[in-house]
Amino acid sequence: MNAKKEMVNPSVIQETRNMTVSQNIPETINMTEPSIISIENLSIAYDKDKLAVKDVTATLKKNAITAIMGPSGCGKTTLLRAINRMHELYPNISTTGEIKLFDESIYDMSTIQLRRKIGMVFQRPNPFPTMSIYDNVIAGYKLNGIHLKRSDRDEIVETSLKDVTLWDEVKNSLHKKGNFLSGGQQQRLCIARALAFKPDVILLDEPTSALDPIATAKIEDLLIDLKENYTIVLVTHNMSQAARISDNSMYMYLGELIEYDSTTNIFTNPKNNSTQNYITGRFG
Amino acid sequence: MTQMNVLLENKKMNFIPYFFKGRKVKNGLFLSAVIFFSLITISMVLLIIGTMIFKGYHQINFAFFTQTPPNTFEAMMAKSSGKLIPGGIANGITGSLYMVALASVIAIPFGVLIGIYLYENRKKRYAGIIRDITDVLQGVPSIVIGLIVYLWVVVHITNGYSIFAGSVALSIMMLPLIVRSTEESLKMIPDSLKEAAIALGTPYYKVVWRVLIPTSFTGLMTGILLAISRILGETAPLMLTALGNPAINWNIVKPGAAVPLLIWQFYNDPNMVDLIWSSTLFLMGFVLILNLLAKWIAARRKF
Repeated sequence: MNAKKEMVNPSVIQETRNMTVSQNIPETINMTEPSIISIENLSIAYDKDKLAVKDVTATLKKNAITAIMGPSGCGKTTLLRAINRMHELYPNISTTGEIKLFDESIYDMSTIQLRRKIGMVFQRPNPFPTMSIYDNVIAGYKLNGIHLKRSDRDEIVETSLKDVTLWDEVKNSLHKKGNFLSGGQQQRLCIARALAFKPDVILLDEPTSALDPIATAKIEDLLIDLKENYTIVLVTHNMSQAARISDNSMYMYLGELIEYDSTTNIFTNPKNNSTQNYITGRFG
Repeated sequence: MTQMNVLLENKKMNFIPYFFKGRKVKNGLFLSAVIFFSLITISMVLLIIGTMIFKGYHQINFAFFTQTPPNTFEAMMAKSSGKLIPGGIANGITGSLYMVALASVIAIPFGVLIGIYLYENRKKRYAGIIRDITDVLQGVPSIVIGLIVYLWVVVHITNGYSIFAGSVALSIMMLPLIVRSTEESLKMIPDSLKEAAIALGTPYYKVVWRVLIPTSFTGLMTGILLAISRILGETAPLMLTALGNPAINWNIVKPGAAVPLLIWQFYNDPNMVDLIWSSTLFLMGFVLILNLLAKWIAARRKF
């Protein structure tokens, strides 16, 4: 139950990182790597007595992909949305506990500061239908009234679109509305929109669940590339996706963080029965 | 067991053709009833438009749009010598446009803001009360609104019949339509779009102003156009507020004419009957164009 205790194991470290799954050597989260977000005793309730997330404590590693998995309704999306305070949109949701970004409580920041540092990508691609592709990428600046020089704007749009490998596909239609883009392209546009703010962390809420396998593969490759410069937190109901791309994995069940460990460990040597049942496909 | 199957099989064989026969007859009856009644409805509309075109087209000329109506004597002289009635309904056209524009200026900001409030606070009790009152307002007979505006505006504000009073009456009639259409078209926006803007740190008023309103713009426009076409034909409230005016009037505190008011006046004057048809044709055409425009805009919406 308490993820922190299991995480602390400094004896097993970096060397085992690249070993294949078949070798079955346990590997835990490397505590010497710098962490970026720490969640402390976080509980979230939609109704008064019904907790959707129960007392979660975890530390997310910098420049890593952390996958949150678990069966439907286990609170994984709820946990993710707490990290950039999306729940404040809905007054009936109450949150207790603490989340820190670089040792600073996110509740002390203004939402604009916080959301510039923590970007978010949603389950369904949701580019703004009234804006051009260009405007969609710099929507964060436009909507917050941040004025940029034309050259800066052009540069942000170009680098963001190149980062998501969309530049070559749309560079000739930047000022058209994005309706003609495919679902996968739209989702990459949404990632570019989050990247344009140069955040530290990107939260992704099942970003590929509405996409076909080819578009999914493209986004997964993209996330692995983005890991170098960003910290990625990914909610997924797709276990093989978590196994393919994540460094660390959380397994949640009924609102509790059951196990948090390196992905290799979770998939080869789970410590908890519930985790084992889930990853072997016995339920979920 | 096999006997049982054979029995069932026989039963089916007898049963199915009979069953299908009944179905087909019922289907045919129902289909012909539907076609019959829809044809009646369509022919009504076509007959109305046809009658108006047939009786009204010869009065529509340049003067019809630029001149004010003749007096009874002029109309009688023209009719007895077999000529067209001189003059037109320029005072009615300008008065109608003036009042509708003024009513829109009053009703659209109120209506859109209330609509946004209702959308944002769907579950609050106060919003529920407002929604119910809006529905009640939509059901208030237009003559009652005319009377109330007479009491409030004509008596106390403009001290006499006026274009302003007419506009206020029309704006009250527009308000519930705009409120509900705003709320409905905002509801059609997926929540994920709002969340996308929120996740970029956008302050809430900017989410409304820069994302929600532009996205639902086609819906808002459709609602506004339909509300305008609804009040263009209103007669009863204008009788008690704008009164009517034989000349073109731009003074907001003086009485003004409107097309439906002129139709009523022409109806009361046996010499002017021909002008009724051309005026109705104009009014109907205008409303039809607005409706088609609204449909065209609605068809272009993205989701």
